[in-house]
Amino acid sequence: MLELREVSKRVGDAVHIRDVSIRLEPGTLNVLLGPTLAGKTTLMRLMAGLDRPTSGTVWADGVDVTGLAVQKRDVAMVYQQFINYPALTVYENIASPMRIARRPKAEIDETVARVAALLKLEPFLDRLPLQLSGGQQQRTALARALAKNARLVLLDEPLANLDYKLREELRAELPKIFSQSGAIFVYATAEPEEALLLGGHTATLHEGSLTQFGPTVDVYRRPNTLLTARTFSDPPLNWARVRKVGGVFHTHLPDEPPEGEADVPVPPAYAGLADGAYVIGLRPHHLALSPTGADDVAVDGYVQAIEITGSETYVHLDCLNTDCIMLTHGVHELPLGSTVTVHFSLSRLMVFDAEDVAVAPQAEDVAVAPDAGKGAD
Amino acid sequence: MRWKWLVPTLYIVFLMLPIYWLINMSFKTTNEILAGFSPFPQKFTIESYVEILTNPVWYWGYINSMIYVVLNTVISVAVALPAAYAFSRYRFLGDKHLFFWLLTNRMAPPAVFALPFLQLYSSVGLFDTHIAVALAHCLFNIPLAVWILEGFMSGVPKEIDETAYIDGYSFPRFFVKIFMPLIASGIGVTAFFCFMFSWVEMLLAKTLTSVAAKPIAAVMTRTASTSGYELGLLAAAGVLTIIPGAIVIYFVRNYIAKGFALGRV
Repeated sequence: MLELREVSKRVGDAVHIRDVSIRLEPGTLNVLLGPTLAGKTTLMRLMAGLDRPTSGTVWADGVDVTGLAVQKRDVAMVYQQFINYPALTVYENIASPMRIARRPKAEIDETVARVAALLKLEPFLDRLPLQLSGGQQQRTALARALAKNARLVLLDEPLANLDYKLREELRAELPKIFSQSGAIFVYATAEPEEALLLGGHTATLHEGSLTQFGPTVDVYRRPNTLLTARTFSDPPLNWARVRKVGGVFHTHLPDEPPEGEADVPVPPAYAGLADGAYVIGLRPHHLALSPTGADDVAVDGYVQAIEITGSETYVHLDCLNTDCIMLTHGVHELPLGSTVTVHFSLSRLMVFDAEDVAVAPQAEDVAVAPDAGKGAD
Repeated sequence: MRWKWLVPTLYIVFLMLPIYWLINMSFKTTNEILAGFSPFPQKFTIESYVEILTNPVWYWGYINSMIYVVLNTVISVAVALPAAYAFSRYRFLGDKHLFFWLLTNRMAPPAVFALPFLQLYSSVGLFDTHIAVALAHCLFNIPLAVWILEGFMSGVPKEIDETAYIDGYSFPRFFVKIFMPLIASGIGVTAFFCFMFSWVEMLLAKTLTSVAAKPIAAVMTRTASTSGYELGLLAAAGVLTIIPGAIVIYFVRNYIAKGFALGRV
C-alpha cells in the first residue's frame, strides 16, 4: 500500500503539486491522467522518492518513507524516453537490479529468462540496447522494472514515444504482464483513451491538484467536476455556461436576444433544480447528425471545420452558443458555413453547478443508464 | 575539376614542410646543416638519436616530462570528473558564475603565475619535484577538463542516473559502472588535451625545476647554449618531442570530432 498525505511540491514560487492525498492498494493498476504539465511526472517522482515533497508525507505499508533515499525504497520506474544502460547488454540491463541486490546467479538467470520470454526479448539478450529498435528498447526497460519485482512500479507515459502499432500491442500486454505480480502499478498518461483501455483506477490531475480518484469507468461516467470531465475527454468536452429558467437551459447571455433554437430542455432527472447559473457538458461522440432515440434533442449547428480521419469525422461546430466538436462515424463532407441539425440524447447531458461541481441527478436510474458513456469511442 | 586535388595537396605540403625539415635536419650533421641548403641529408647519420637515447642528461629530460605530464593528466581528470558531474547535474548558488570563473583561469598567461608558484613551492619544499610541475599545470588543465567533461556528461540523460538509483546503485558504483563507460570518449578527449597542454608548456616547467625534475624543453635549451649550436641534436630532440603527442592523438582522433560537435573542444 502506498499513501500520500497532503503532499505538496513547490519549486521557488511555482506550485507543482498541491495538497495531493491518495491511497493506492497492492495489486491495483492506477492511471494518472492529465494533460502535459498537470504534474503527473512530478507526482511519480515524489512517489518514487526521487524528489522530496515540500510538505506532506509519503507512507509505504504503514511506514513513513518521506525522506528515505530512493535506493532504499522498493520501487521500479520506466520513463517515456527509452532509458537503459547503454554500456551493458540487454541481459545485464535486465539483471542489473538483481545483481545490486546480490541475488544468486541461478535465480538471476531464471528471472531474466522468464521476463525476456514475457516481453519477447530472448533473441536480443546479448545485444546492446542501442542496437535495438525503440520498441525493443522500451521492452528492455519494462523487463528491468519487472525483474526487480518491486512493490511499487511507476510507468511514466511508457508508450508515448512508440509508434502506433507497437503502442497498441504493448498496451494490450501490459496489464496482463503486471497483473500477476501483486505490486502497485502507477501509469501516467495524457490520453483519456489509454486510461479507459487500461481500466483499473484513475486519478485525474489538473495543474498539480488531484481532481478525482476512483475506478476508471466511474470517473469517466460520473466526473465530480467540470474539470475532471474536461480532463477525461478526448476530443475536448463540449461545455457551455447556461441559465436555468423553468424547464429550459438558456445558452445565451441575459443581455443577448434570445435564440430559442440554442436552448436545451432540462432533463427530467434535473427538473427539481433551482433556477440559476449552471454548466452543461456533452461528450463529442454523443453528438450526432441523426436522431438518437426517445429523448432526442435537436439544435442548430454551424459547420466551421471538418477533419476526416478515415473511419471518423470530427466536425467543428458553432452550436449551443459555443464552439463544439462532434465526433461521428464514417466520412461526412459537410460544406463549411452550412447549418446542420445536431442531435443528442438528453440523458447524456452532464450538469454542473455555477462552481463547476457536478449536480447529482435526482432519479439515479436515469443518469446511469446501462450504456451511458460506453467505452472510449 | 581535374585540378581539385591541387589546393589540398599544396596545403598539406606547406603544412608538412617544417616537420619534414625538422626530420631532415635530425639526420644531418651540424656541419652539413650550417654548410647550406640541402633538401635531404647528404651524409645520413643517426648519431644525434644515439646521443639522446644513450646520454642520461638527455633521456632523463624525456622521462621527467613524461612523469609530470602523466601525473598531471591523472590528477586533472580525477578532480574534474566529480566537478563536471556537479556542474552538469545540480543547480546551486552561483553555479554558472563558478563555471565561467573556472574558464577565466585559462585566459591568464602562465608567466603571471610563475613567480608565485616558485616562491610558494620553494617555501614548502616542493621545488624541483615532478608533483610541483604537475600541480602547477592543474591550474590550466582542471578548468579545461571540467569544461570538456561537462559537455559530454550533459549529453547523458539524467534519467539514466535516476534509473540506476531506483535500481539500487549507490552513487560511487553508478558512477564507475554505469556513468563512466558512457562518457569514456569524453574522458579520452579530456586526457588528450591535458596531456598536450602539459607536454608543450615550458615556462612553468622550467621555472619550477632545476636538476631532479628537469623537463626536456629545459634540457634542449641548456645543451644548445653550452656546446655551441648542436643543431642536429636539437632537431632529433624535437622529433622525439613530437612523437608522444602523435601517438596519443592517433588513439583519440575519432572522439575529438565528437568533442568539436559538442562545442567543447
